Amino acid sequence: MNTFEKLAQIDRRIIYLILFIVVAIPFLFKVQISMKPTSDVVEAYEFIDSIPEGSAVIISIDYDASSMPELQPMLEAILRHLFSRNIRVLLMSQWALGLPLGQEAIEQVAEEYDKKYGVDYVVLGYRPGLQAVIINMGRDLPATFDNVDYKNRPLKDMPVMEGIKNYGNIAVIIGLEAGSVGDLWAQFANSRYGVKLILGATAVVAPDLYPYKQAGQVVAILGGLRAAADYETLVKHKGAATYGMASQAFVHFLIIAFIILGNIGYLASRRKRRS
Amino acid sequence: MHLSTSIWVWIAAFFTLAIFSFLYKDNPFYRFAESVFVGSSAAFAFLNLWFFDVKPKLWDPIAKGNILYVIIPLILSILMLTRFIPKIKWLSRWAIAFTVGMGAGLGITGMIQGYLVPQLKGTFLPLWVPGNLATTVNNWLLVFGTIFTITYFYFSKPIKGKFGVAAKIGIIFIMVAFGASFGYTIMARVSLLIGRVYFLLHTWLGMV
Repeated sequence: MNTFEKLAQIDRRIIYLILFIVVAIPFLFKVQISMKPTSDVVEAYEFIDSIPEGSAVIISIDYDASSMPELQPMLEAILRHLFSRNIRVLLMSQWALGLPLGQEAIEQVAEEYDKKYGVDYVVLGYRPGLQAVIINMGRDLPATFDNVDYKNRPLKDMPVMEGIKNYGNIAVIIGLEAGSVGDLWAQFANSRYGVKLILGATAVVAPDLYPYKQAGQVVAILGGLRAAADYETLVKHKGAATYGMASQAFVHFLIIAFIILGNIGYLASRRKRRS
Repeated sequence: MHLSTSIWVWIAAFFTLAIFSFLYKDNPFYRFAESVFVGSSAAFAFLNLWFFDVKPKLWDPIAKGNILYVIIPLILSILMLTRFIPKIKWLSRWAIAFTVGMGAGLGITGMIQGYLVPQLKGTFLPLWVPGNLATTVNNWLLVFGTIFTITYFYFSKPIKGKFGVAAKIGIIFIMVAFGASFGYTIMARVSLLIGRVYFLLHTWLGMV
């Protein structure tokens, strides 16, 4: 058995260990890589930059803890951008377990920018029903949430909700997606009501959303950790995504090397069998 | 190094390591973590259903005496439960028919208005954009990529001859799409690992 054949039959546990070490090294030695933000992220950033001060945007947390590494830094970076521009934020969730994650991020970032609950932002909460929720929000947004926030406080008493009746009063919906809710936002909120959409998604989901971008149903798509890191670069606030990109790059090189070695090993063993 | 003093961080670290231990081999720590996850997920699903669906949409209106508002959903819910009584389980079909009809109605309108028509419009692109070669090439790839890919999924004619050539080109486009999707999937999975390693090294051990 030659070297390549041995490499092709390497124990998977050794591969896991190498993978773990390669991910950890950039963190331990504080390695960082410089990145130029991708055009999609720049488009999203510029669109948000063009929204007049005082406008309202909806952020929908459509993910849970399993997608936090990719989407939580994205959410925090977007919130920093919105609050720095004095844009009102209406936070909601289509995933029940997503709401606490959104709440945690918005409370932390709001404190940094001295934003007040009920005045600059509100947490509308979670409502089941997916497309029914999206359609109803287009008719009467506060009523969809029973006219109360997540702690049953009346929305009509909150300055942040002033003048907000339906999508006509919303500058953009920012959906952070770990599943198929992004499709529903595009199919119902955009196509039926014409509201602008920015979709941030895990890298697994992002390729499925690109057709909406091509058809002009979505302003921009932010895909995975890379997009989160790009957004952090644009808002000039390094966070978990930026620190993770060095590990991401190293692991990609490692995986490419594994694929090449595996194929060489396979070809070598096939050649040996034939001879 | 600055170890976390939060009990919740330690619990999260324990479960993270317990799940990772499966990569070596199956073991009691992994099984314990798996059982806790399954149990808590089931409990959460029940509470979620009660507090976000049944209680606010059905129970509370009845408790407040507004039974008329919820009489139809209430009847449909009861009909759905008849599945557990063999003699009258056929009644559940009415509730299922309502659910299927509503789902189909929402799905069909959503797909046509929000997907099919905008996607078709998105494919009608100019094949010559003066002064912009990159967009021209991109539009050709998109328009002919769509046509060739659809050709591959046309099953009413044998895939041979010129039609077969078009279908084979369609396969290339499909493979490129799969490759891109697979690449993105690797990126996503690695991101999850990065998130956990960052949690262990930063939040738990305080090493970075």
